[in-house]
Amino acid sequence: MLRVEHLRAGALPPLTFEVASGECLAVEGPSGAGKTLLLRAIADLDPAPGQVFVNGAERNEMPGPQWRRNVRYCAAEPAWWSDTPRSAFPTGAAAGRLDRLLSSLGLEPQMLDRALAVLSTGERQRLALARALIDEPQVLLLDEPTASLDAQAAALVEELIRYQTLSGRSVVLVSHDRNQIDRLAHARLLLPKGAPAAAQEVQAP
Amino acid sequence: MTYISLTPLDLALAATLLVLNAAISWVFGLRLEKSIAVAAVRMLIQLALIGLVLKFIFAQTSPLWTLLLVLVMAGAAGVEVTARQHRRVKGWQTLGLSTGTLLFIGVAITALGVGVIIGPDPWYAPRYVLPILGMVLGNSMTAMSLVLDTFSEAVSRERTSIEAWLALGAHRGEAMRGVLQVSLRTGMMPILNSMATTGIVALPGMMTGQILAGADPIAAVKYQILIMFLIAGATALASFFGGLGAVLLLTDKRHRLRLDRLAARR
Repeated sequence: MLRVEHLRAGALPPLTFEVASGECLAVEGPSGAGKTLLLRAIADLDPAPGQVFVNGAERNEMPGPQWRRNVRYCAAEPAWWSDTPRSAFPTGAAAGRLDRLLSSLGLEPQMLDRALAVLSTGERQRLALARALIDEPQVLLLDEPTASLDAQAAALVEELIRYQTLSGRSVVLVSHDRNQIDRLAHARLLLPKGAPAAAQEVQAP
Repeated sequence: MTYISLTPLDLALAATLLVLNAAISWVFGLRLEKSIAVAAVRMLIQLALIGLVLKFIFAQTSPLWTLLLVLVMAGAAGVEVTARQHRRVKGWQTLGLSTGTLLFIGVAITALGVGVIIGPDPWYAPRYVLPILGMVLGNSMTAMSLVLDTFSEAVSRERTSIEAWLALGAHRGEAMRGVLQVSLRTGMMPILNSMATTGIVALPGMMTGQILAGADPIAAVKYQILIMFLIAGATALASFFGGLGAVLLLTDKRHRLRLDRLAARR
């Protein structure tokens, strides 16, 4: 379970909310409202005052890398640091599980050894999602996971997100697709555009 | 040792060569005329001053005066490293890191070269300590500013992939490894190139200076070999501390990338 208390991400007002295990919270708001900043703050990628708990443990009780292995941020535009996707995947990952994960996203295992430059934007986005899920983090922070996908691939990703919630993970989903939110989310958090930092504390859901 | 002294007229004759620099600047519209004049005047004043200072300090042979000049040189090198950054860390940290590191490297390497290897009497003899310290500091300063500048440029460019790695639970050392490698390589490259070509393409300044002053070429070459090794060690240390400092300044204990600590590009 993810619990956020008085978290101040960027210029957003302090936020307090909870995402139970097996639930998906959709974060909505116009561009520039700070949706990405909120996900980054929860993943502890930016300094942000306030508290964030996963299953009762606050982020500062453990080293940053350990926190981010439990609380996984998946950026809207995936980035890589090598020529092929392979080296981004942990070497210890069971091959069978990785293959199943890839095929559930409509990807083939051979793609791991293809040059990133020849993979399509949608393939790279789905590979990044596979990379984020392979070591089974407890909380998923997904920033527009279907933004560059066609309808068929987007449906596969939605199915996988649903499966992740069914397996007991907490998911925070940023999406501009109202229908997708209707299909996946159990609760919503609406970020107002340009809210001053001193605004009334936002409580959700 | 004998050599021919230069008169002010000799120097004035050589200075007319600057007309070439000015002409190129003017013809190609480089707008460097002012920079050329400022650089030339700075060189004149700085060298004239250091000549007077060295003359004074050599006459004293006092460890205190030597130490004072060591501190001034290290401080100036630190200021220069800071000034050469396109994007530097806000606040005093870059200046502190570079001045402190360069002072340490300068003193340690010069102590090895002069105190242990050359062994003049007294051990702090300024006419050995100061020229060698100057060469060690100058090269360490270049290495360090290259490392810091390359690091901040590369880390800004690679930000998304570094953060993608951090988001997967990588430690800052792992996530910064690629950027650190590029920076260290850049810092150590000049001395490697210079060692590989010295004596064939370029005759080093210190060696030619000794030869002009009447020293035996073999003796001058031995000094040059010594100084090359000292510089190689000094630039390795400067690159290492520069890279380590850059990682620590641009990340935090929570293993986050802290590009907010970089000042705006100049």
